[in-house]
Amino acid sequence: MTTKTTVDDAEVARFSAMADEWWDPTGKFRPLHKFSPVRLGYIKEHVSAHFARNAEDPAAFKGLRFLDIGCGGGLLCEPMTRLGAEVIGVDPSPVNIEVARLHAERSGLQIDYRATTAEDLAAAGERFDVVLNMEVVEHVADVPVYLAACAQLVKPGGLMFVATINRTLKAYALAIVAAERVLRWLPPGTHSYEKLVKPAEIEGPLGEAGMTIVERCGVTYNPLLDRWNRSRDMDMNYMLLAARPK
Amino acid sequence: MTNARDDNATLDVLVAGGGYVGLSLALALKKSDPAIAVAVVDTRAREAIAKDLRCSAIASAAERMLTHLGVWSQFAARAQPINEMIITDSRLRDVARPVFLTFSGDVAPGEPFAHMVANADMVGALHDTASQAGVEMIAPDSVTCYETTGETVAIELASGGTRTARLLVAADGVRSKLRDLAGISTVHWNYDQSGIVCTVEHERPHEGRAEEHFLPSGPFAILPLTGNRSSLVWSEKTSVAETLVKGDDFTFEMELERRFGHHLGALKIAGGRHAYPLSLTLARDFVKPRFALAGDAAHGIHPISGQGLNLGFRDAAALAEIIIGARRLGQDIGAFDVLEQYERWRRFDTFQMGVVTDVLNRLFSNDSDVLRAARDFGLGLVERMPGLKGTFIREAAGLSGQVPRLLTGEAI
Repeated sequence: MTTKTTVDDAEVARFSAMADEWWDPTGKFRPLHKFSPVRLGYIKEHVSAHFARNAEDPAAFKGLRFLDIGCGGGLLCEPMTRLGAEVIGVDPSPVNIEVARLHAERSGLQIDYRATTAEDLAAAGERFDVVLNMEVVEHVADVPVYLAACAQLVKPGGLMFVATINRTLKAYALAIVAAERVLRWLPPGTHSYEKLVKPAEIEGPLGEAGMTIVERCGVTYNPLLDRWNRSRDMDMNYMLLAARPK
Repeated sequence: MTNARDDNATLDVLVAGGGYVGLSLALALKKSDPAIAVAVVDTRAREAIAKDLRCSAIASAAERMLTHLGVWSQFAARAQPINEMIITDSRLRDVARPVFLTFSGDVAPGEPFAHMVANADMVGALHDTASQAGVEMIAPDSVTCYETTGETVAIELASGGTRTARLLVAADGVRSKLRDLAGISTVHWNYDQSGIVCTVEHERPHEGRAEEHFLPSGPFAILPLTGNRSSLVWSEKTSVAETLVKGDDFTFEMELERRFGHHLGALKIAGGRHAYPLSLTLARDFVKPRFALAGDAAHGIHPISGQGLNLGFRDAAALAEIIIGARRLGQDIGAFDVLEQYERWRRFDTFQMGVVTDVLNRLFSNDSDVLRAARDFGLGLVERMPGLKGTFIREAAGLSGQVPRLLTGEAI
């Protein structure tokens, strides 16, 4: 299937090289693992509220169909599957998909991983209750085109989560200079300043695609507790939630 | 085993050690999340638990947890409340022992800060309740070795069986074999003190008063039991303790009376007497991938302040809270980054308690007049400062610091 794709080839190659280390919480992907609780908590809380589920139920997502775009090694797909969701994970990198498949098998989880793109899925007519778009928009070549395709994937009454990094001086200082060059949490070149995305640049295309913004929040790092927390400060990392009306 | 189960199915948690820590952890997990698959491996069969003659001081925080777990009411009638605690600092030859510190009063109205409970009652009730809640009991058996293979841990049992789990918890006591297998080293030192433990019957009622006498050889604690009985924890130099325990009844009772005093009338030893060497053992790590230590396996501290049991309940409550929290987020409960939260939560508290009890013991277990004057001045200050005393009461009750929800009597 060849449709118009917005994936940047250089970005894909860089992540493929790192793929084997996805699942080591003390390795290169430690920052992403550290990020997990705050992301998972946000998703669990809002999906439960939206679909009238009990947020304390370890199987709250039963019967919901999830799509994780840019699933990487499956760091989000596996928790969503444990919570009872039927999960499809897509990533343009076949290496990532192989790593994710291998790991899901070892974890004893059934996850449908596909080396494809949001654009191809949308063209194929796939639809989901929840679309996860976490830490992806800052890596795509054309944000509005990409988001329009993602919006198509959300069923009426469904949700889309977007998480990314704001294009501000503070984000440049912390997410690029500090995280990549000083603390070495991420390999240099993981993020480039020009590709970072402001909230309005997400909300605009999503609104045009018929989605309404439900909620948004910042995510900040507490160095004393070595933990990420939700906050009102959206100048750096942030998450937002959009819904497609029924 | 209580029910027929599929031994090949992967367990969520396998707990090695069926003491109060392992059982309260297993029960807390099952009660918070009935879908979780938990097994407890214990060297003792159920009948052996009933033969444990020891008693333990249960602080009010642990009582709240046991109440929440539906265990406390099963033996509450047989528990002896400690309504008051006095502390003295004296030489053996002193005729009168001036009371320097009196802790009376309740943590909350009508809630004594501790109870004395028979181990057989408490552990037995935990065992039965956990078993009824669906915790699989594998006993008598023990874990001989384990291997972490990616996403699960394969556990071999002495009986020859093999089980797999997402997480292995070692609650197998201060000389934890699993801790050694995990390659976790400890900070350890001996005090050259042993604790003599026995039960005495006395003529007059104790009125629910606990006493701790700081004698030059070490602390001598009298803890009230139901009826006209008390439990003793009597520390002595190890050589002296062994001589006393192995010696004749007459010498033992005479030495006991010199320390116990005559305020409760004539004394009689009930049951056996045992001496346990006292030491401090702190594990350098509390967790490894798919492996966690809890209770004395993580920290064996000096019994001077009666906090060992408290720490164990705190471990169980904290670990249960972390595991249940991870399951609610869909996380892998055995993943190192999940377990790190437990280690971070518990290690500081444990280290702090280890140091405090060590310093207390060193400060009090001697006959130096200078130190005596200094510590009596300190105790006198505490006595005169109600705020500080309140802090100590809450500490003794296990209600200070970042308290796991179960210990406040709430659900996870």
